[in-house]
Amino acid sequence: MSTTVKPSSTGTKAGKRAAQPYSERAKGERRLGWLLAGPAFVVMLAVTAYPIVQAGYDSLFNYRLTAPSEREFIGLGNYGVILTDFVWWRDLGVTLLITVITVIVELILGFALALVMHKALKSVRGLLRTAILVPYGIITVVSAFAWFYAFDINSGYVNNWFDWVPGIDPDLNWFAGTWTSLFVIMASEIWKTTPFISLLLLAGLAQVPDELTEAAEVDGATWWERMSRVILPNMKAAIMVAVLFRALDAFRIFDNVFIMTNGAFGTEVLSLLAYRTSISRLEIGMGSAVSVLLFICVLLICFIAIKLFKVDLAGARGSK
Amino acid sequence: MPQHERFEPRNRKKPRALAGLTLALGAMLLSGCSEAESVPTLTWYINPDDGGQAAIAERCTADSGGTYRIETSLLPNDAAAQREQLARRLAAGDSSLDIMSLDPPFIPELAEPGFLAPVPDDVAQRTTQNVVEGALAGAQWKDELVTVPFWANTQLLWYRKSVAEAAGLDMSQPVTWQQIMDAAASQDKFLGVQGQRGESMTVWVNALIESGGGQIIQNPEAPAAEIELGLVSEAGREAAEIVSTIGKEGLGGPGLATQDENFSMILFQGDKGSFMVNWPFVWPATNSAVEAGSLDPELIEDIGWTLYPRVNANEPTAPPLGGINLGVGAASDHPDLAYEAIECIVSPENQAEYFITNGNPPSNTEAYEDPRIEEAFPMADTIRESLELSAPRPQTPYYNEVSIGLQQNWAPPRSVDPATTPEQTTEFILAVLRGESLL
Repeated sequence: MSTTVKPSSTGTKAGKRAAQPYSERAKGERRLGWLLAGPAFVVMLAVTAYPIVQAGYDSLFNYRLTAPSEREFIGLGNYGVILTDFVWWRDLGVTLLITVITVIVELILGFALALVMHKALKSVRGLLRTAILVPYGIITVVSAFAWFYAFDINSGYVNNWFDWVPGIDPDLNWFAGTWTSLFVIMASEIWKTTPFISLLLLAGLAQVPDELTEAAEVDGATWWERMSRVILPNMKAAIMVAVLFRALDAFRIFDNVFIMTNGAFGTEVLSLLAYRTSISRLEIGMGSAVSVLLFICVLLICFIAIKLFKVDLAGARGSK
Repeated sequence: MPQHERFEPRNRKKPRALAGLTLALGAMLLSGCSEAESVPTLTWYINPDDGGQAAIAERCTADSGGTYRIETSLLPNDAAAQREQLARRLAAGDSSLDIMSLDPPFIPELAEPGFLAPVPDDVAQRTTQNVVEGALAGAQWKDELVTVPFWANTQLLWYRKSVAEAAGLDMSQPVTWQQIMDAAASQDKFLGVQGQRGESMTVWVNALIESGGGQIIQNPEAPAAEIELGLVSEAGREAAEIVSTIGKEGLGGPGLATQDENFSMILFQGDKGSFMVNWPFVWPATNSAVEAGSLDPELIEDIGWTLYPRVNANEPTAPPLGGINLGVGAASDHPDLAYEAIECIVSPENQAEYFITNGNPPSNTEAYEDPRIEEAFPMADTIRESLELSAPRPQTPYYNEVSIGLQQNWAPPRSVDPATTPEQTTEFILAVLRGESLL
């Protein structure tokens, strides 16, 4: 996951080496490196860089797929329309809300699961890890359908099973209201991706040296003190990486919303807006502009995380 | 084609049998190859059904005497996704789009940029005889036939005889929306309507507005920026009144806001069922559910049908029109053969067979003369009458924007306000069409 980031020490060595001529062996290694990485690099350019550039270019046009002759250059006109439109800001709000709530809940649940996995007896550890990982192995569309059918008023069982909970009765139509729909969407997202976050946190937990916690224990620290003064500070890097990865993923949420409400009743997210504009409406220009803005939002989240919160991607790997 | 080399006998004990098999296989493969090479293959993109279109493709392939071979290729489930796939392929000049099953509202969008091959005059003449008016209108763009009508669909008013009787409603006479709303309310039952935010909402609103003597778009052939809507009108207000009342008074049941055609049928079949507007597929579906033992056989006896409800007691109804037309892609390698195949597909015999096996009503009135139809669909005459009265949805290249704009403002039904919704919808759709607003 963090293979793209090299520890800083390697960087300085490479810098020093650059001044000296390469030996035959170093040249050979470099050539081998390029030969090994080259094809992947070309594929990456073709499937990532090219569409991004094309989308950026298309976003400057008023271009509808079914009216190719009417295509005209309008500069940043599409961006003007989008950024002054209520729909964009509402969808951004919904997306951010889903991102923030799911990441926080996943972090808490994921940490609890990581602790359970960490402390579990050796005999049940394998079974426990497999059980916790099952939701993560399910295809998102399949899990979205499963949750949809469970809560749907016509086919679901949730209303009948949980009618003793205040607010839930057999006539509750979960997908007819904004908040009830968002609840199901977020619940299914949390169920599906908590295992991922717990795995990342488990790796972080494993890095905390046992001597530290033991020493703290000998010094008379309570469980809470050991957790907040020893364990958590020592796994900050792992936590931040988990938060960043999940936040980026959650921000691009699509499948759950698409399957459950298709954006109805104020549950639309930005990815769905981009999809509906370019694919359903066939407005290639406007749709590209939405996609470019979505891309900029993702870059912004990365920037904030790495620069402001100083997430150290290498730290999570234990290569520090 | 040296295929037989692969079957070289390795087992020395049975060389003759293997050699014979090899020769037979080789001959089959060779004949298969030569046939495939000489007979052009037409690809027919079909919407999902119960296998009726594939059966027609086989029959027409056999009838062609080796002139062409039709292969079917399945499109996605819902109409919007079918449109997305076809529009993208047509825009990219995909030559495999020989024959396409098209939903009529999306035809202008494909016809306007020239994505469809022109219908030859003689084919147009032969395939439009005895076709119901609504289906014919849906096959045209700017007064020119751009597709060939295949089957035509319409909604009926289905009712539970026991409920209508208890409410004292005479179903032999035309009924109005107000009457069925009152009847359902008085019997504490639910109405089967489609309140979901989806194409079915546009179908409903269009039928209400057309029945009230109005139109969603007044100048459907105009360019995007000049389109004028007819929502802010007496007909638009009346339509909003009906949708709003059903939503606010809970007449559509608790699931109304997410209810599509299938779930309104399930509601209708249940204890709370009273009246329902829906397509004829509900008849074979209910019958097979009874046969499978999941529904009470007495239910069938309790189901009646009549024309779509009126908005005003003294004005005729304008039921929804659906169905499928057949178009040929402009980039097709065999447009002439494709039209020849289409003539075979839409023959009255095939339409009648398709109705009986798959429940999709013919667009050609001649097909209704097949005696088997009356037996399988006792309501065939009502369907035919409904088709004659039906009104298509707005025919414009911007149908998708109009339809989705409408759905966003009219769903869920309880949010509709007759005083403001028609005006808000108009402003919103026009802003989207001018490119000033996101949809």
